[in-house]
Amino acid sequence: MSQVGVVRVAVDRGRCCGSGNCVVAAPEVFDQDDTDGLVLLRRPEPPPEAAERVRRAVEVCPAGAIRLTSTTQP
Amino acid sequence: MTATAATDLPLWPASTLDHGPFALLDEEQRHRLAGPVTRVRLPTGAPAWLVTRHADVRQVLRHPGLSADLERPGFPLLRPLPPQSEPDRQGGFIRMDGEEHSRLRRMLTAEFMIKNVRRIEPLIQQTVDAALADLAAAGPPADLVETFALPVPSIVICHLLGVPYADHDFFQVRSRTLLDRTTSMELVRAHAQELRDYLRELVVARHHDADGDDLISRLVRDRVATGQLTVDELVGMALLLLVAGHETTANMIGLSTLLLLREPGRFAALRESPHRAAELVEELLRYLSVVRTGLPRLALVDAEIGGQVIRAGEGVIAVLSLANRDPEVFDDPEEFDPYRQAHQHLAFGFGVHQCIGQPLARAELRIALVGLADRFPTLRAAVVPQQVSTRDTSVVFGLNNLQVTW
Repeated sequence: MSQVGVVRVAVDRGRCCGSGNCVVAAPEVFDQDDTDGLVLLRRPEPPPEAAERVRRAVEVCPAGAIRLTSTTQP
Repeated sequence: MTATAATDLPLWPASTLDHGPFALLDEEQRHRLAGPVTRVRLPTGAPAWLVTRHADVRQVLRHPGLSADLERPGFPLLRPLPPQSEPDRQGGFIRMDGEEHSRLRRMLTAEFMIKNVRRIEPLIQQTVDAALADLAAAGPPADLVETFALPVPSIVICHLLGVPYADHDFFQVRSRTLLDRTTSMELVRAHAQELRDYLRELVVARHHDADGDDLISRLVRDRVATGQLTVDELVGMALLLLVAGHETTANMIGLSTLLLLREPGRFAALRESPHRAAELVEELLRYLSVVRTGLPRLALVDAEIGGQVIRAGEGVIAVLSLANRDPEVFDDPEEFDPYRQAHQHLAFGFGVHQCIGQPLARAELRIALVGLADRFPTLRAAVVPQQVSTRDTSVVFGLNNLQVTW
């Protein structure tokens, strides 16, 4: 059986335009800062059941401010 | 490209006559504009590249070398731009790039984020309920646009900004002329000036009394008083929010109602499954895409879009509405499918200029449509879709009126 990869999320607040689409897609992973409305990462390593929603968040982010990296577990 | 050759190019925006409100192009237009990247002629006579595929539209709107600054020479305008004085140029961040844009936009992002919109949902609900009572008193039959679709978002944005709704005739008329691409340059200039003067008075009054819990008061208190924002900039920002804040959603409510009433089951589903209304709203946004003439950009560098090299200095139009019917992304894109997964739609644009008010627009649409279906279960259109009067020359497509009965 192949190893399950862990998805790691990184956000770039410098690129974020505060659309909030990521919060709609995966509220357990993303939030918006109360003062400036820009992205806040709640869980840099989301659980596997959130993976699909996180991928959707990447897809709908208008500013390209979310990146995913996969690491394969040893 | 020579001037002679430009006259042979297909015209964009394409005529919408006889299409009815739901078809975007007829067969011949579809053939001529099939793309994926097509050379077109704009009403000003200037050529531009029309981009229609979903992936390409996303690329255009996210490209840092494609500018939104409509005052740059060569920008692909749909109508000539009236000359603007320096103060009048301030604050309209929809036409700014880079840091200049993000500096102003970031003063507003927290205002419109989902959790803040959630807090004002009771206000939206109250506004919808009051407008439904007005609709009940006005008919049957009654004009849904005038009594419901337009007042709801107008009242909400007025409340949020701190603009007296009593002045709605004044700013609604002027918003409409600013959005109509056939309005003369003189009238655009005059109406923009009148709106700015009006908003400037409101801003100046807040200098003496900025205790209010509205956006203009907050910006005066937190940004103008602290020297981070000038009065001219605040006036320009308020103008943008006022115009964008009611015309777009109003047109979506009118068109959505007409579309849902075509099949009684669709309208009834709003009442029976209100928890699914959020999904339905996404498909309405995809299918109706009210900003149908597209978003213009000017290439500052050479860029390859959809296999076509766009040279620095050339104009590009990213057509959101056609991208939202791209078969690569949406199965049977010409079909309205209420509960399809439409979340990839580009109705709010894409890139750093994507609609800042989208959480508000989504909430208004959902609450307005569910409220309408709940209060008027027997609602029906008193006209057939082919006969409704549409806003064919506005940057924001919609219905001029919609007679309904119940």
